[in-house]
Amino acid sequence: MTRIGIVAELGRETRVAATPATVRQLLGLGYEVVVEKGAGESASFRDDAYAEAGALIVGADEAWGSEVVLRVNPPTEDEIGRLAEGATLIGSLSPGLRPELVEALAARPITALALDAVPRISRAQSMDVLSSMANIAGYRAVIEAAHEFGRFFTGQVTAAGKVPPAKVLVAGAGVAGLAAIGAASSLGAIVRATDPRPEVADQVKSIGGTYLKVEVEEEMKSTDGYAKATSEAYDRRAAETYTEQARDVDIIITTALIPGRPAPKLLTAEDVAGMKPGSVIVDMAAGQGGNVEGSVAGERVVTDNGVVILGYTDLPARLPAQASQLYGTNMLNLLKLLTKDKDGVLRIDFEDVVQRSVTVVRDGEKTWPPPPVQVSAAPPAQAQAIQTGEGATGTSAKKTGLGPVGKAALFAAGIAVLFGINAVAPAPLPQHFTVLMLSVVVGFYVIGKVHHALHTPLMSVTNAISGIIVVGALLQVTSENLLMQVLAAVAVLLASINIFGGFAVTRRMLAMFSRGDGARK
Amino acid sequence: MSDTVSGPLTAESIAGAAYVVAALLFILSLAGLSKHEKARAGVIYGITGMVIALAATVWLTLQGAWGKDHALTGLALLVAAVLAGGAIGLWRARVVEMTGMPELIALLHSFVGLAAVLVGWNGHLETPDLSESLMDVHHAEVFIGVFIGAVTFTGSIVAFLKLSARMKSSPLMLPGKNAINLGALAAFVALTVWYVNDSQLWLLVVVTLLALGLGWHLVASIGGGDMPVVVSMLNSYSGWAAAAAGFLLNNDLLIITGALVGSSGAYLSYIMCKAMNRSFISVIAGGFGIAAPTAANKEYGEHREITAQATADMLTNASSVVITPGYGMAVAQAQYPVAELAHQLRERGVNVRFGIHPVAGRLPGHMNVLLAEAKVPYDIVLEMDEINDDLDGTSVVLVIGANDTVNPSAAEDPSSPIAGMPVLRVWEAENVIVFKRSMAAGYAGVQNPLFFRDNSQMLFGDAKQRVEDILRAF
Repeated sequence: MTRIGIVAELGRETRVAATPATVRQLLGLGYEVVVEKGAGESASFRDDAYAEAGALIVGADEAWGSEVVLRVNPPTEDEIGRLAEGATLIGSLSPGLRPELVEALAARPITALALDAVPRISRAQSMDVLSSMANIAGYRAVIEAAHEFGRFFTGQVTAAGKVPPAKVLVAGAGVAGLAAIGAASSLGAIVRATDPRPEVADQVKSIGGTYLKVEVEEEMKSTDGYAKATSEAYDRRAAETYTEQARDVDIIITTALIPGRPAPKLLTAEDVAGMKPGSVIVDMAAGQGGNVEGSVAGERVVTDNGVVILGYTDLPARLPAQASQLYGTNMLNLLKLLTKDKDGVLRIDFEDVVQRSVTVVRDGEKTWPPPPVQVSAAPPAQAQAIQTGEGATGTSAKKTGLGPVGKAALFAAGIAVLFGINAVAPAPLPQHFTVLMLSVVVGFYVIGKVHHALHTPLMSVTNAISGIIVVGALLQVTSENLLMQVLAAVAVLLASINIFGGFAVTRRMLAMFSRGDGARK
Repeated sequence: MSDTVSGPLTAESIAGAAYVVAALLFILSLAGLSKHEKARAGVIYGITGMVIALAATVWLTLQGAWGKDHALTGLALLVAAVLAGGAIGLWRARVVEMTGMPELIALLHSFVGLAAVLVGWNGHLETPDLSESLMDVHHAEVFIGVFIGAVTFTGSIVAFLKLSARMKSSPLMLPGKNAINLGALAAFVALTVWYVNDSQLWLLVVVTLLALGLGWHLVASIGGGDMPVVVSMLNSYSGWAAAAAGFLLNNDLLIITGALVGSSGAYLSYIMCKAMNRSFISVIAGGFGIAAPTAANKEYGEHREITAQATADMLTNASSVVITPGYGMAVAQAQYPVAELAHQLRERGVNVRFGIHPVAGRLPGHMNVLLAEAKVPYDIVLEMDEINDDLDGTSVVLVIGANDTVNPSAAEDPSSPIAGMPVLRVWEAENVIVFKRSMAAGYAGVQNPLFFRDNSQMLFGDAKQRVEDILRAF
């Protein structure tokens, strides 16, 4: 049986790679689970909670010696050395940003999986640790800003005077940005958001923000689900937007990140200087170089004009229990994928694009970077849909065959045939046709108003009524010809089934239809 | 009979008057079914009309034949047949499952068809005393009546077999099937002319067999998903068969009633065809599923699964839920748990509604009947046009056993075989949860890109069990 080790994190990290809840499910996958003593302490998961879930509490060496080691942060040089031969390490390794770490991992005969490298496809969303951490970070950024900000977020009219609502600008409407927009607007602030991808406008609106469109000719569509670097004309216009906004808003939260590249500079020192004293900026990209000039990774900076710039890089870790829960679930979902048979044996299938993408090192062999995965997260079909929808209805008339001229011709022909028949037919026929025509017309008008829900009862009632053919059979049943009598009797039998069955089943159905308020009374 | 000249208050004139009253009651009956409130009264009108018509006819028959020795045999046969037929009919109506409604209705259609054939045959055996031109008309009427009746009979039998899964529901693809249908019609016209000139019994046998074959082939080449159209089309045929018998017997009541039923069936077929954006001819010709596989090879990406527990959480947090059921709900008999789910959510203050596509199920209005059976109030069961504009403000849409009726390609992909068919735009909702047994394509053989949308998740398994799981998770 394969043993999974949950090891403690270093330094100020408060998160842990598995919670008691996920441990229980890992056991369900057939694994044995050991937890390093105190690993979940700072996330408020006590050792006895893990033990109760079925894990063994062990020392650091034993935990690191497991066949599979789960981690939040990348390991240090030393820690890599503690891994057993043939072990598998799973954690947030940011392999794209830290080539030296990949080399160090590849130097050992181990397998390393980067949970933060899952491709952005729908199926992998349940393991997308970047999204779940970004969600937490976006929320926390607003909380940090609110903590620094000396006023309410929501506007109020009180006996002591009117309080205007705070204005918040969120730069970048990715997962973190959207979380920030949602958190800020639910605190009552006026929230605006920018993003180079115009298709996010609806998402921004849906959680209470206003999308500020940067008006330039070109648009960009994302092919891999992440934002890309933008063009020069766009950047110029965007910079003007930020300058304008900086003068107006109270709080700015920047989330702009481009994978594998330094974060784009969105706010210059002048922009920051133009802000009102007491304003707050949260630079969520500070760890990757920062979106704001003057921000320092991991630090709180106060500018000369009294603007607070927060460059915290540990925002998810500031909600340790929440972050550990989501991280642990992401981790669990990856392990579910790697343990298809629930037999406690971890297998990596390179045919599966998700498993291929996360594998950084396999058995001491470097497998990074993986082949690119193309996913279109953009919904371009939406706009197209409306157009083609209209187009399709336009062509549908053609598909049904006859144009207006053809229809008119057919109608005229029908009238002519009817006229012809009635003109030449002998005595009783024209009367019958009159009756037939009138009944058809009456039928159409009567049926045309039928409520859609009553179509089935309508059919069964017409079914019963068409049993009226029994009249024909009745007229024949007293014939002198015995064969005729028998045939007629069979017809009467069949038609009676129809009449009785049809009416009875209709009544039964109608008795079931009941109105909501009637039932409540 | 209405054409015989008679004095005041003869049996014929009284029967004729009764027929007018019965016909009026039938019209009122159909009119009553246009609203829920009046529907039950409508059935009463229908039953009253039928009783009046039957009483008048029986009386008329007995008047004419009283005292003759064969009248007694006739009367005995009559009473026996009505009692037996009535008993069978009431028994079937009592025991039928609401999910089995389409089969029952198809079977009942076949009875009308067969009765019409028998009446037609009797029309041949009976030699009325008529002038020569009227004799020709009489022959033509016999022939036409038998033909329509026989087509209805076998057509309905095939529909019944397909609906009750005793026969494969995939369309029968004979080479040159259109030629077969048209050939049969042409042969019918030729035979009619022949029979009018020389009324031989064997011609009637031939046309009966021809019509039986045509009815069989016609419906066998239509697939299961087109059944709403087929059933209402057969409903229409059974009406025309009755009308043809009315011509044959000079009976206006039969003509009126037949025409009412015929036009009502035709109108329902029209509604169904419009709901699938297809012409009536193309459904009858049954050439729908052929083009499908060409587009099915496209890569749509990955779908996501969800658990019953997660669904339950999502539902309890939702502000509005729309449930769009399809044939799969009927197959899984899931209407009761679905109704319970709707009830529980409504208790929690969630705005729950049902969105019904016109061709959902195998019978016009099939889903409504199932939901009504499970006591879902009908004022939260809305039709496609009523619900479609609300879907983009809906938190969660549950797609239960529906596929083609919620397929975005109908609206978005002009090359799709179902392009232009009006569908429930469920993908505009925040979340879509699709209950499905597997990833197999729907009836139309078209893959459904809905399953791969970012806002949709799949809940695999038997719809009934899954809904029950959700109920337990609450």
